[in-house]
Amino acid sequence: MPVRKPFEQSYYPPVPTKLTKSFRTNLVWQFFRFLVLNIRMLRMIRKH
Amino acid sequence: MARLLILGAGIAGQTAALHARNKLSSKHEVIVISPNSKWNWIPSNIWVGTGYMKPEQVTFPLAPVYAKSNIIFHQAKAVSVHPEGDSTTSLPFVTIEYTLPEKLGHIEKITYDYLINATGPKLNFDATKGLGPDKNSLSVCTFSHAHDTSKVLAEVIARMKKGEKQTLLIGTGHGNCTCQGAAFEYLFNVEFELRKQNVRDKTKIIWISNEFELGDFGIGGMFLKRGGYVTHSRIFTESLYTERGIEWITQAHVKEVLPGQTIYENLDGEEKTVNHDFAMLLPPFSGVGLKAFNKNSEDITSQLFAPNGFMIVDGDYTKKPYEEWKPGDWPKTYQSPKYKNIFAAGIAFAPPHAISKPMTNPNGIPIFPTPPRTGMPSGVMARQIAFNIADMIEGREAGPKRKASMANMGAACIASAGANFLKGTAVSMTMYPIIPDFEKYPDTGRDLNYTSGEIGLAGHWIKHFLHYAFLYKAKANPFWRIVPE
Ligand SMILES: Cc1cc2nc3c(=O)[nH]c(=O)nc-3n(C[C@H](O)[C@H](O)[C@H](O)COP(=O)(O)OP(=O)(O)OC[C@H]3O[C@@H](n4cnc5c(N)ncnc54)[C@H](O)[C@@H]3O)c2cc1C
Repeated sequence: MPVRKPFEQSYYPPVPTKLTKSFRTNLVWQFFRFLVLNIRMLRMIRKH
Repeated sequence: MARLLILGAGIAGQTAALHARNKLSSKHEVIVISPNSKWNWIPSNIWVGTGYMKPEQVTFPLAPVYAKSNIIFHQAKAVSVHPEGDSTTSLPFVTIEYTLPEKLGHIEKITYDYLINATGPKLNFDATKGLGPDKNSLSVCTFSHAHDTSKVLAEVIARMKKGEKQTLLIGTGHGNCTCQGAAFEYLFNVEFELRKQNVRDKTKIIWISNEFELGDFGIGGMFLKRGGYVTHSRIFTESLYTERGIEWITQAHVKEVLPGQTIYENLDGEEKTVNHDFAMLLPPFSGVGLKAFNKNSEDITSQLFAPNGFMIVDGDYTKKPYEEWKPGDWPKTYQSPKYKNIFAAGIAFAPPHAISKPMTNPNGIPIFPTPPRTGMPSGVMARQIAFNIADMIEGREAGPKRKASMANMGAACIASAGANFLKGTAVSMTMYPIIPDFEKYPDTGRDLNYTSGEIGLAGHWIKHFLHYAFLYKAKANPFWRIVPE
């Protein structure tokens, strides 16, 4: 990741911690999210 | 016997054709006109553009699918619509010009009882000097563009492997572009690929876009509930760009693309340049340029089509300021107000106005995204139009009863941010409604219970699964109807 320089555009946005990033590819957690996301999308489809 | 004529075999045309064929008894005809012999699952073109997929994986030949489905297919492009017939016939018809090699250039008239225009966009590279794969930039809009782009990307990577530093510019190539989501996906897939190939430290990646801010996506951005706050998509998007080390230029109207350099104007009216070794810039869209003529062969194109070439339907096209826009402005049945047997679906219908707030720079150049009509709404409106037409043909209804307004419709969107079964990620977004309704949801414009976004591997699995599911459906394989639009 590039070093953050004061007042540049990338200085302010929140960046994820190592833990947050690891959850993004953690197989157990992502399997659970897969189910949640599918339910979310089905709810959306049912609204049509 | 009635005849339904469908122009275009993309997401909207194919959905309409399959549903109409399924609903109509066999004495009625369904005819599809499309210039390409192949169907293309366009959302996966971004993966062709990085080399993750081959063109054969995102396409299949249309003719066998139509043959088994009892749909007549002409490989041709529609040229003009004659809703009142002409001096030789009182039946409405469409003039087509064959692109099928054996009949190339041959012109024919095809009469219809009902017409669906699902011709999608013209990729308007000519709007910007030097833009496009024939000139100085690359594209991923079609599978062949994407395939060519993947070869140039491979060359760029090879140069980096030799130690050369390279600058990649990815984004939108005009102040009026739509489809920022597609460019966003390509950006993050390229970044992922460069890391995979261990050359990320040799690359500077720059995003350029006509959005007012990151995370706008042509839908005015969206608010999400996350970590105890209601937060705008701008924050999440800036976070992702920062995390992946991507610089961004927003509020940009690309004026000209030269070899290795792009000139743009910003909202302050300043002219700036950016140098690059690789530029993938999406073009603005317009209608495909269909003409229309009345019985006396007088040109009535402006009565059927808006100046941008998209078809006028049952929306409210009155010019009004952003503050007066209403969800009710958006079309519901997609029926032409002038000719009740003509409908338009997908990108082919003319939106009444943008979704993001229009902005113009001091030199009078509009710089804001035009509204996206993504796959899910395109499919839903095509299905509803097909059902309505089937009901009218079979005598069950006198007019279109089912509605599919984008103001009452949600959308689910999976934006890939890197393709790998174990390490890939994608942003999974849902939103309801697509068109913000500030009367119903005064603070956010959308229902926070149905509007969400998160990034993770699960999104990649879903995107990959949808790739196969939509190809399966488009091939009209058994039980295709259980795959939703
Ligand atoms: C690179 C890229 C990635 C995308 N990713 C996503 C995504 O992840 N999710 C999503 O929801 N949306 C995505 N989109 C948007 C999505 O592809 C469109 O919403 C969708 O294709 C619109 O469907 P359509 O049928 O209106 O147009 P198209 O799919 O473009 O189909 C138009 C059809 O009309 C035919 N045609 C053209 N001219 C004529 C003529 N004169 N006569 C007859 N036929 C004609 C064309 O050959 C084509 O068959 C992406 C778009 C691009 C470019």
